Amino acid sequence: MSAALVSMTGIVKDFTGVRALDGVDFTLRPGEIHAVMGENGAGKSTLIKVLTGVHAHDAGEILLDGKPVRFNSPGAAQAAGIATVYQEVNLTENLSVAENLLAGREPRLGPFINFRAMRRKAKALLDDLGIDLNVAAPLSSYSIAMQQLVAIARAVDIDAKVLILDEPTSSLDRDEVAVLLGLMRRLAAERGTAMVFISHFLEQVYDICDRMTVLRNGKLVGEWATADLPESELIGHMLGREAAALEQLERSVAGHEVADEAPLLSAKGLGRKGSIAPYDLDVRRGEVVGLAGLLGSGRTETVRLIAGADRADSGSLSFDGAKVAGHNPRTAAARGIAFCPENRKTEGLVGDLTVAENMILAMQAARGWARTIPQSQRNRVVAEFIDKLGIRPGDPDMPVKNLSGGNQQKVLLARWMLIEPKLLILDEPTRGIDVGAKADIQKLVAELSGEGMAVLFVSAELDEVTRLSDRIAVLRDRELISVLESEADMTTERIVDTIVAGGGSE
Amino acid sequence: MNNALNRVLANQYARRLMWPVLVLLVLIAVNIAVTGFDFIWPHVSDGRLSGAFVNILRRSAPLLLIALGMTLVIATKGIDLSVGAVYAIGAAIACQTIIDGTDQSAAGLIFRAVAIALVATAVIGAWNGTMVAYFGIQPIVATLILMIAGRGIAQLVTGGQIPKVQDSSPFTELGRGEILTVPVPIWIAAAVFAALVLLTRRTALGMLLEAVGGNPEASRLAGIRSKGITVLVYLVCGLCAGLAGLIGAANLGSADANNGGLWIELDAILAVVIGGTSLLGGRFYLLGTAIGVVIIGTLGDTIINIGLSDQWQFTVKAIVVFIVALLQSPEFRAWVFKPFKRRPAAPAAAPAEEVLAK
Amino acid sequence: MSTQTLTERPARSTLFDGMTRYIPIGATVALLLALYFGGVANYRNFDKPQVIANLFIDNAPLLVIAVGMTFVILSGGIDLSVGSVMAFSTMTCAWLTVEAGLSAPLVVALVLVFGTGWGLLIGAVIHYFNVQPFIATLVGLFLFRGLTLQISTSDMSMREVKFFQWGMTHVEVGGGIRQGGFWLPYLSFAAIAVVAVAFVVLHYTRFGRGVYAVGGNEQSALLMGLPVARTKIGVYVVSGFCASLAGVLAAFATKSADPLRHVGAELDAIAAVVIGGTLLTGGAGFVLGTLAGVMVWGLLNTLIQFQGNLSSWWARIVMGVLLLAFILLQRGLARSGEKRRT
Repeated sequence: MSAALVSMTGIVKDFTGVRALDGVDFTLRPGEIHAVMGENGAGKSTLIKVLTGVHAHDAGEILLDGKPVRFNSPGAAQAAGIATVYQEVNLTENLSVAENLLAGREPRLGPFINFRAMRRKAKALLDDLGIDLNVAAPLSSYSIAMQQLVAIARAVDIDAKVLILDEPTSSLDRDEVAVLLGLMRRLAAERGTAMVFISHFLEQVYDICDRMTVLRNGKLVGEWATADLPESELIGHMLGREAAALEQLERSVAGHEVADEAPLLSAKGLGRKGSIAPYDLDVRRGEVVGLAGLLGSGRTETVRLIAGADRADSGSLSFDGAKVAGHNPRTAAARGIAFCPENRKTEGLVGDLTVAENMILAMQAARGWARTIPQSQRNRVVAEFIDKLGIRPGDPDMPVKNLSGGNQQKVLLARWMLIEPKLLILDEPTRGIDVGAKADIQKLVAELSGEGMAVLFVSAELDEVTRLSDRIAVLRDRELISVLESEADMTTERIVDTIVAGGGSE
Repeated sequence: MNNALNRVLANQYARRLMWPVLVLLVLIAVNIAVTGFDFIWPHVSDGRLSGAFVNILRRSAPLLLIALGMTLVIATKGIDLSVGAVYAIGAAIACQTIIDGTDQSAAGLIFRAVAIALVATAVIGAWNGTMVAYFGIQPIVATLILMIAGRGIAQLVTGGQIPKVQDSSPFTELGRGEILTVPVPIWIAAAVFAALVLLTRRTALGMLLEAVGGNPEASRLAGIRSKGITVLVYLVCGLCAGLAGLIGAANLGSADANNGGLWIELDAILAVVIGGTSLLGGRFYLLGTAIGVVIIGTLGDTIINIGLSDQWQFTVKAIVVFIVALLQSPEFRAWVFKPFKRRPAAPAAAPAEEVLAK
Repeated sequence: MSTQTLTERPARSTLFDGMTRYIPIGATVALLLALYFGGVANYRNFDKPQVIANLFIDNAPLLVIAVGMTFVILSGGIDLSVGSVMAFSTMTCAWLTVEAGLSAPLVVALVLVFGTGWGLLIGAVIHYFNVQPFIATLVGLFLFRGLTLQISTSDMSMREVKFFQWGMTHVEVGGGIRQGGFWLPYLSFAAIAVVAVAFVVLHYTRFGRGVYAVGGNEQSALLMGLPVARTKIGVYVVSGFCASLAGVLAAFATKSADPLRHVGAELDAIAAVVIGGTLLTGGAGFVLGTLAGVMVWGLLNTLIQFQGNLSSWWARIVMGVLLLAFILLQRGLARSGEKRRT
């Protein structure tokens, strides 16, 4: 067994009261490809950022080649031989391939860049990695995959001992991924570069990684050789099986028995290239349809097409008996489709506006600016929903950015309940909020569907999905692979099995 | 319920307005100290209100109109650089129409001149808004076009001359007249101020503007028609600039296409920023802008009154812009106040992390 | 060892993508030629070489500030202070030589150092305090116009100062105007030299390529380990130097300092840069395009002079229309690029 190249022990990182990493250990050996696995908020990116000098850790030790190190900036980490390739290609598209490869290290004649030597050097560098590009062409003329390879080539040229790849494949198609993985294999075999690989695609991880470290909620779950950890166990480790400390909700299937009539929403072959493969999905009145899958499996992308937040480039959608054309958020709301997006801060709320203003935003948007909601009606509904959803503090004039996550989520929910939608789409409504608010929101979803509202419910927590849903659509690798219908299928085990099986069986 | 609402609103606004009001009070105090109470205390002579402060208000009316329009534009994360040129165009159209007429005192002619000028400037504003909302061009770039070409258009209207309206024409009353002893420009500015406050705060327009400027993506997902609102706001801004041009031209009795409203866009932006509205969009404060305008107007008189030459105007304004810009910069505040904090590293880490977390 | 080779050739549509950066400058050059030959066809004496030489005489200061502006705009910023800095430089030259009696070469050196220092200061404020370039340079616009007016509110002549004769001393080429040649003063050569140096710096030095990288994507440039701070401050240093140099050239050209000259010169410079094919959002463009943009501006004015019965404001209106056309062209190119990639 070779000595560790990087060894991190007992790493602790706090962000203003939230412990993002709690005593995590991580070991990287020379020449290995090592996956760091975990769901959102597990601490993967924080761990990487501590290693690359973006964040300073609060406790613990990092050894590089056996010597303790502490990086203050990404530049310092680079100088020590730790290079990073990010999900977004961090190169400048307006410059040529050669310039991007060698920016800051161009060969020069006196003060002047020697373009001929630079092209030659870039060409040699790429040839060495088995990539054949016209190095004089601007980077923008190549596909994202090639750009990502150029980013890796740049990283490798900085004599990287450690190469960190943070979701480099998330915007690539299948062939492009094969190209990238091929390059990674060669780097490991021929140069002995150690790599840390982060990806949501289990196939890729199993394809290429020697070992994996699994994190959950900022804690280390364990480290395994890939061969020793079957996919089902890995998913179990990532998601955790412990039932949340929530009261068990009564599943009131009786209220949902209107399911035989024509579906309220029906998507046929709806899809968008590069984000979600075409899928069919029906939702009936009074029904909760859960969407389950790992992070990056296409959950959010699926519902965004239905909400009109993104434009579909294939398939058709019908809602409430009518075909939907020219779909956008405004027309969707007018039809009765409400969408609470995944990211409260950037896509949901306007932080500077007050609780009351955020609540009535959608209702007001539907009425247009000239028809103001009368002050008395406004005060009444705002007070009613603050009360009904238990928003704390109950001050309608507090800027919404001062509220806690759970209360912000309730404000967002109230915004859409105000327009009395027929279909409510909730994308991760319970992520990052406290247990009490979580239970409130779950109860509310059950109530609303009891009253006849259709709900599309996306959540990373399988417990929650199984508890609330009448049916569950399971996604994997940007594809809807199966819809679980029967009561017996509403278990986390069944969902995990379906994800592992990968949708081959119908 | 309503009481509580008013109290908190008052608090939030009061905090925003505290600094500009204090600065204004200091300026006024300095002037009173130098020139006596006559500075602030108006007197009636020849049937019109006069006095140093009334004159400041009268002279500030065009700037106030433009700054109010600019406030709305800035609330949507935009900016309108063309207002100075639009000012010149409005003035040119009105004056040229009047001197082309046969009887410069005819009410019909003057009404027509004013109407044509306002419609033209509103169209220009709507054009700016269309470039921003529908063509997706950055506001600073879209309005730069008219900033550069606008004065040429104004000269085209006037044929390169400076059209002079007869002093007897009632048009000049717009700038020089008075109603109930109060100068007409003050009436107009007050009326527009009241109209815009009502338009934005009595309808939902203000809230929707703040939503669009505060978080464009969330506004889109909430179903707000942001494009129409954006065009409307630029239209209002153009209209305000045109009206300001009319008052300016009426006051002088002529329209100078080259120098009329020169740099008024920069003064307007300055007034908006002093008034507490962030250049990054979101919450806007029309009253704050009005105070900002009065500060800029008073600053000019203060410079003369404390014995500096008129040429100090620009220099002092530059210093004001510099201070305001620095005070609004979080990096600057962190840098200045660092020695006073016990652990400087902790707060400095937070913004960096947000940037990189993107 | 089996090494497969990964090849990707830009497809035809993506090759076009690479060429798109030459479309705006191509349009500018075509426009320039059209204006010139339109003039030759319609007016007598328009084909004399001196007509072209005059472009480099009348527009030398504008050319110099436009070059500085090109650096700033390429990096994604903007500099509104150049017109005022320029007027201030001219005025300082006059005041220090005529009133204070300092030796002229020393004064010129002082002015250039001062302009550069100003650029350094404002660049640092923009970068370290994250103040919007628009606002930060607005300070310069007000400040230097004010200081200029404080030095003198009226014209100040430098005719008495021998040194300032140098600028308009000229070289006869091709036997001078009489024999079908032309003459060009030293100050034009200075302006042309600035363009040449700027071209070399932008295209053949790390600083120049860094300007493009920062303008293309500042965040990426930072993560690539490029010296972003030095680059961003550097462009304002270049612009400050160019503005003060332009002021000195204006002093040579007119031998007088008018406190209200060059009002709005920053706008002319921005317009010339954009018409020269530089993207206002940064990252794409050429300094030679800026030269072409200034020439377009000059030719428009020349055409108006030859026409005789047109007024100079037409140049501004046409400039605005061209600006609109170029901005829409760039926007269209950017949109089609986005579409092809997604």
